Amino acid sequence: MNWLLVVAGAMAGAPLRYLTDRAVQSRHDSVFPWGTFAVNVAGSLILGVLTAAAPSPWQLLLGTGLCGALTTYSTFSYETLVLAREGGRGYAAANVILSVVCGLGAAFAGVALGRALWG
Amino acid sequence: MSTTRPGTVTGGPRTRTPSPGRPSVTRGQGAVVCAVSLGGGAGAAARYGAGLLWPTPAGAFPWTTLLINAVGCALIGVLLVAIGELAAPHRLLRPFLGTGVLGGFTTFSTYTVDVQRLIEGGHVATALAYLAGTLVAALATVLVAATATKAFLLRRRTR
Repeated sequence: MNWLLVVAGAMAGAPLRYLTDRAVQSRHDSVFPWGTFAVNVAGSLILGVLTAAAPSPWQLLLGTGLCGALTTYSTFSYETLVLAREGGRGYAAANVILSVVCGLGAAFAGVALGRALWG
Repeated sequence: MSTTRPGTVTGGPRTRTPSPGRPSVTRGQGAVVCAVSLGGGAGAAARYGAGLLWPTPAGAFPWTTLLINAVGCALIGVLLVAIGELAAPHRLLRPFLGTGVLGGFTTFSTYTVDVQRLIEGGHVATALAYLAGTLVAALATVLVAATATKAFLLRRRTR
C-alpha cells in the first residue's frame, strides 16, 4: 500500500514538473532555467507544510511521491552545467545560489505555515 | 484560433506558423506526459526503496538522499550526452529516462526540508555539511559523467 501511494503521487508529480517547465519556459526567452527553479521552490514549500502537519499516508502520497517527483536534483545540476558552458559562469552560480536560498526559504516557510494552519 | 494546418491548402497562402518560442504547453503532449509519468513512478519507487533499505535516523547526516541525488546526477550526465550523440533518438527516450525516471529518482524538496529539520534540531554543522556536500557531489558527478561520456563517444567514433 505504501509503495502504491508513493508511485501514485510520483506519477502525478513528474508530469506536473514537465508541464510546469514547458509553461514557464514558453513565457520568456531567458537562458535561465526558471521552470526547474519554480518546481523546486514550490515542492520545497509544499513538503515543508506536509512534514509539519500531515498524517503518514499523505506524507507518502504527497510528500515522498508528489513533491519528490515534482522536484529534481538531476535536471537542476545538468541545467547548471549547461548554463556554465553556454550562458556563463555567473548565470550558473546564480542558478545554484537562487535555487538553494529560495528552496531553503520555502522549506522554512512551509514548516511555519503548516504549524500555523494545523499545529 | 485557426485549426488549419499550414501548407495544407494547395495554392493558398501559407498560414502563419506558431512562434517556436511560444509552443502550446499541452498540445500533442499525451505520449510524452505518459512517458514522464511512468518514468517518474519508477524513479520515485527506487528512491523510496533506497530509503527503506538505508533509513536515516533523526539528526543524522542524510547519506541516502545525498547518494540518490549524486547517482541521479551522474546518470543524467551520461544519458543526455549519449542521447545528444544519437542520430535519431526515440522521441520518448529523454522524457521517459531523463525527465521521468531520473527526475522522479532525485529530489530537491527532501534536500531542502532535511536541511531545515537538521537546523531546527540543533544540528547546524551537519546541516551545512549536507547542504554543501550535496551541491558539490551533484555538480561534480554531472560534470565528470557528461565529460567522460562525451570523450568516450568521440574516441569510439574516430576509431
